[in-house]
Amino acid sequence: MSAINLVWLVPLFPLIGFLINGFGRNVLPKSIVGLVGCLSVLLSFGLSTAIFFELEKSGATAYYVPLFNWIQTGSLSIPFSFQVDHLSSLMLLIVTGIGFLIHVYSIGYMHHDKGYAKFFSYLNLFVFFMLLLVLGSNYVVLFIGWEGVGLCSYLLIGFWYKNSSYASAAKKAFVMNRIGDLGFLIAIFVIFRIFGSIEFGEVFTKAAEMKVGSPVMVLITMLLFVGATGKSAQIPLFTWLPDAMAGPTPVSALIHAATMVTAGIYMIARSNVLFMLAPLTMNVIAIVGLATAILAATIAITQTDIKKVLAYSTVSQLGYMFLGLGVGAYTGAFFHVITHAFFKALLFLGAGSVIHAMSNEQDMRLMGGLRKKLPVTFITMLAGTIAISGIPPFSGFFSKDEILANAYEHNKIFWVIGVIGAVFTAFYMFRMMFLTFYGKFRGTHEQEHHVHESPATMTIPLIVLAVLSIFGGFIGVPEVLGGKHWLSHYLAPVFTNKAAGHEVHHLDHNTEYMLMTISVLGAVIAAIVAYVRYTKKHHVPVPDHASRGFLGNLSYHKYYIDEVYDVLITRPLNALSGLFYKIIDKAIIDGIVNGLGKATGLAGKGLRLVQTGNIGFYIFMMVAGVIALLFYSFYKI
Amino acid sequence: METVTQTIQGVPLNHYIILSAVIFSIGVMGVLIRRNAIVIFMSVELMLNAVNLLLTAFSAYRGDPAGQVFVFFIMALAAAEVAVGLAIIVMIYRNTNSTDINVLNRLKW
Repeated sequence: MSAINLVWLVPLFPLIGFLINGFGRNVLPKSIVGLVGCLSVLLSFGLSTAIFFELEKSGATAYYVPLFNWIQTGSLSIPFSFQVDHLSSLMLLIVTGIGFLIHVYSIGYMHHDKGYAKFFSYLNLFVFFMLLLVLGSNYVVLFIGWEGVGLCSYLLIGFWYKNSSYASAAKKAFVMNRIGDLGFLIAIFVIFRIFGSIEFGEVFTKAAEMKVGSPVMVLITMLLFVGATGKSAQIPLFTWLPDAMAGPTPVSALIHAATMVTAGIYMIARSNVLFMLAPLTMNVIAIVGLATAILAATIAITQTDIKKVLAYSTVSQLGYMFLGLGVGAYTGAFFHVITHAFFKALLFLGAGSVIHAMSNEQDMRLMGGLRKKLPVTFITMLAGTIAISGIPPFSGFFSKDEILANAYEHNKIFWVIGVIGAVFTAFYMFRMMFLTFYGKFRGTHEQEHHVHESPATMTIPLIVLAVLSIFGGFIGVPEVLGGKHWLSHYLAPVFTNKAAGHEVHHLDHNTEYMLMTISVLGAVIAAIVAYVRYTKKHHVPVPDHASRGFLGNLSYHKYYIDEVYDVLITRPLNALSGLFYKIIDKAIIDGIVNGLGKATGLAGKGLRLVQTGNIGFYIFMMVAGVIALLFYSFYKI
Repeated sequence: METVTQTIQGVPLNHYIILSAVIFSIGVMGVLIRRNAIVIFMSVELMLNAVNLLLTAFSAYRGDPAGQVFVFFIMALAAAEVAVGLAIIVMIYRNTNSTDINVLNRLKW
């Protein structure tokens, strides 16, 4: 039996793992819980690998695997079916592969936690929904997974729900996601209204006949993009992602690397046929992506919490991916999804290892000099840092360069801003490395005494991810550097439009060399500046209350965006809710209900006086009633 | 030989109806006006029998025996009712030394 027909098993394994761990969370020993959690994802990974090779061997573009007819009413038909093509098979590998490593890492990281089994069951559920999202062959199945990962992110961010600020971070993530989800949902309705179907294949076939730039396509793609901004943390809905750091570190890695935030990019890449028909939306996507990239990068350079730096770097990198999508470089954007999954998972897990070693300290001002004590963590994180900074031949270089080259071709200003963002990226990442691993130890004696390298379950995933971060870029070496760009050939059937695959060829080689040199030089210089500032001069970021200057303050306080949202949205909303509570709810609705109750009471009070106890009177009333009834039946008054 | 039915039909139907209505009204007025429980009870019987009379008359005129069967039922029921009702009146008398229903004025809120 071919592996592709068994594709339904891929999401089923994590679901079974979730059920076992979820129901057995109070009885199963920790060893079994960890084994079930990891094994379920490993099985999925194995099957995904088999599917990947089978798909490549068969040479077909896509397989459609129907499971059952889910909703059938009138002209609406929603089958529960999966679609296996090159895009989804790659996503399967990323989700299950990185997911598996994160599961293994969690065995070590969460070992002391009371909610160990709960944690693993949530992780499995998360992977399950993400796989559903990736595999669905229509927008509704995709939407189930979409909502599911939103739910799981809520559960996991608020995993330590007893801390009220963590719980509200979870709520924030959920609410922000809901805003985006609404856009996505409306987009699905509009798609059904226009095309009469929500199956990818049918919609894309019918869409191909539409005119480029027709208003309805702009509407659909804009709504889809709103959905993507929520899930993939773009302006204006990005503020939940940095707060999502409240969850345990493996969760951050899972959300930021393998699942969740890539969902929006996957969705847009999947709907590329629709987006190519709406150049207006593409421009909006590119500009929003670029703005997010640069905004998040400037925030990240002053953050002192190691996870916050990484969180904003994720937002920034997602911005690059959207820039890539916006300029039509779907392959480049997806390439960056893959490499980013490698190095961001690595960096988060490395940060988790540091935090673990530092007895849950996350403030980089209190770290330093950990290089000798955490050698494995240091080396692997260094690999991740070089990769994200875009220094060749590490993976980030190839993917970022492809996006930037496409941006250059599209609009030179995009490229300039993109490179500035990339320089910032290199600076803040090396700043983080130097603050954490170089210099003198700045924490307490007790912490210094405790510092230890993490157990093998945590370091092995780090090493694997480091190897992937270093060599992962070779799947997409551009022709200018003598490569074949395997990825763009692989994904070509999915991105059939002319602007999708081979755009790099439009630039002549000298221009490309120049672009690469500039961005690499920028990154290296930024790294050197960071080295001089934080290692040679032993500069340590000032305490919270100290003055930073205008720009520093702006950046450190995240451009006061949360405060702005608070003033512009939260407070008016609260005031409106208060108004509704006082007037609509208290006065009108409660008034009606209480009034009815009171009226009944008063009527009873009055009517009971009729009951005098005089039997003659009772009988008289009865006779009068009978006569009245007789009159009624005779004359039908 | 003249049958009972023919005898009944010898009187016009209107007369029966008027008679029954008069008897029934007397019963109703008795119930409403009188205070003695036993008299009220008798008035109730008057009402019942007014209805019986009417049923018999209609039954004869329509040649349908069902009406007379009803009458038998009503008579049997009335007998049972009398037994219970009189028992209640006896109990009232024992408790209040009177059969005046205005004494029983506690049946209220």
